Amino acid sequence: MAKSSSEVLARYEVEKKRAGSQPAGILLRAAAAKVQQWFRNLIVIAAFLALWEIAPRSGLVDITFFPPLSTVLKAWWHLLLSGDLAAHAEASLSRSLGGFLLALVISIPIGLAIGWWKPVAAYLNPLLEVMRNTAPLAILPVFILLLGLGETSKISIVFYACFFPLLLNTISGVKNVDPLLIKSAKSMGLSSIALFRKVIIPAAVPTIFIGIRQSGAASILVLVAAEMVGAKSGLGYLIQYTQFSFQIPEMYAGIISISVIGLILNYVILTIERKLTAWKQTYGD
Amino acid sequence: MTTEAKETLEANLAIAKISLQHVRKSFRIKRNLTHLKEDHQPVSALQDINLGVKPGEFMVIVGPSGCGKSTLLDLLAGLTKPNSGQILIDGKPITGPNLDRGIVFQQYALFPWKTALANVEFGLEAKGVPRKQRGEIARKYIHLVGLAGFEHRYPHELSGGMKQRIAIARSLAYDPEVLLMDEPFAALDAQTRETLQSELLRIWEATKKTIIFITHGIEEAVYLGQRVAVMTSRPGRIKEIIEVPFESRTTEEDLRSNPEFVRIRHQIWDLLKDEVSRAQEQEKSKSLTAPGKKTAGKGAGIDG
Repeated sequence: MAKSSSEVLARYEVEKKRAGSQPAGILLRAAAAKVQQWFRNLIVIAAFLALWEIAPRSGLVDITFFPPLSTVLKAWWHLLLSGDLAAHAEASLSRSLGGFLLALVISIPIGLAIGWWKPVAAYLNPLLEVMRNTAPLAILPVFILLLGLGETSKISIVFYACFFPLLLNTISGVKNVDPLLIKSAKSMGLSSIALFRKVIIPAAVPTIFIGIRQSGAASILVLVAAEMVGAKSGLGYLIQYTQFSFQIPEMYAGIISISVIGLILNYVILTIERKLTAWKQTYGD
Repeated sequence: MTTEAKETLEANLAIAKISLQHVRKSFRIKRNLTHLKEDHQPVSALQDINLGVKPGEFMVIVGPSGCGKSTLLDLLAGLTKPNSGQILIDGKPITGPNLDRGIVFQQYALFPWKTALANVEFGLEAKGVPRKQRGEIARKYIHLVGLAGFEHRYPHELSGGMKQRIAIARSLAYDPEVLLMDEPFAALDAQTRETLQSELLRIWEATKKTIIFITHGIEEAVYLGQRVAVMTSRPGRIKEIIEVPFESRTTEEDLRSNPEFVRIRHQIWDLLKDEVSRAQEQEKSKSLTAPGKKTAGKGAGIDG
């Protein structure tokens, strides 16, 4: 009797918490909200693309420097068919992902270690802040000087750009684990290693992902600029080259490709993040 | 202390599940009150604590805020060590945290990335219980705290009261001999708190654990405790131990309005009120005095 009444009470507590979010009309309302959200997301993009098509055709902007969207897409299609686009995209992606993955493998473990040994973090933090706030592109000449114009310098600059956001976020993720969780785990007699593995790392994952997202964006940003300076392939090179040789629609095709790749990368990271941190409350939807 | 009292104390300590003998604890506390500089005065948190808790006893420790209750709990948990004196469990000194003591915190301390079930299993994993049995044991204790059906919810999907139920289940699951509870219901709303208090008594009767329950609520102390140890303001000492003579609290109709209950509540309040106002004075003078000056701990208590 006592047990069942306690269950009823517990259920009552949950009902109280979820009150208002259960009933029937909710599905319909959710669907309507979804449609509305899609509409909100797409309407401005659609308007922008329409403007891109209309403005050059109506003479609002110079059609030579700003060809209409349809012309750009046609150029993009030709680049795709000729295999040029794939070759350049492949070159870019291998550098970008190479540097990015290298940074993941190296800076997350280092960040975990630095965050764990607080004195080390205290000493290193000022230097790391300086490094992070030094624009990677400002150091690009140094990389080219030391590593030449080849793949090494490009992967290195991407690595450098990804390294610091990842490192700093990992450190702060480890440092800012709720002390109560640590105390609770310690009271259960966990060893330092078990504590680190079972409490610190899972608790730091959301913050680490902020770093992963930042460096994912940085990897593409920096790469394109690097490819514009000294390269014989890649999307950055394509954009630069087509501009020099006055293939304006192709130039825009390159730009569109870059932005699509950026979007896809961000989406992939977000999806992984949602999978790994499903226990968190909200995702702003 | 008379010799007679001393003898009974020693007799108590001899049969005690947990006994504290002349325990002292002080530390250099960092008070960083936004507008003041840090104050590094060594603060004596606990002074000569003597207490024996019998096996299976429900002992409540009540005291004004800042009297060192939580320091005492950390010592019992083995998370910190006393400066002098000793704490014995079954006659053996406490050397560190161990699964023979389970702790329930005010802020639940559930792992947010684990489901209710996985949270309860956590301590079992630490204990080295094989994976297969963990689930079974965890389910049993989730059922005991009245949350069957909520095994796969994450903490953020549970109300405060339910989180605390899960935290209690987690601590009970690895079968500690002593349950240490640090103001576990202080963050809950009044109705949930009363529900959980009677639930806790039911669980205590079902599991026969020794419970040390820390609170600042007098009514809570009298309702739950077989004995209530009243602490002084800082530095904390045990001022007096009050016996609460009710036999079976869970069956008694509306215990709180029982004249005996009211009498004991008054008695404890009388013991506490000077301590409370002294503790408040301490807080005030601490924020007013410049760093470096000794804070006067013995200001005359203003009757509240």
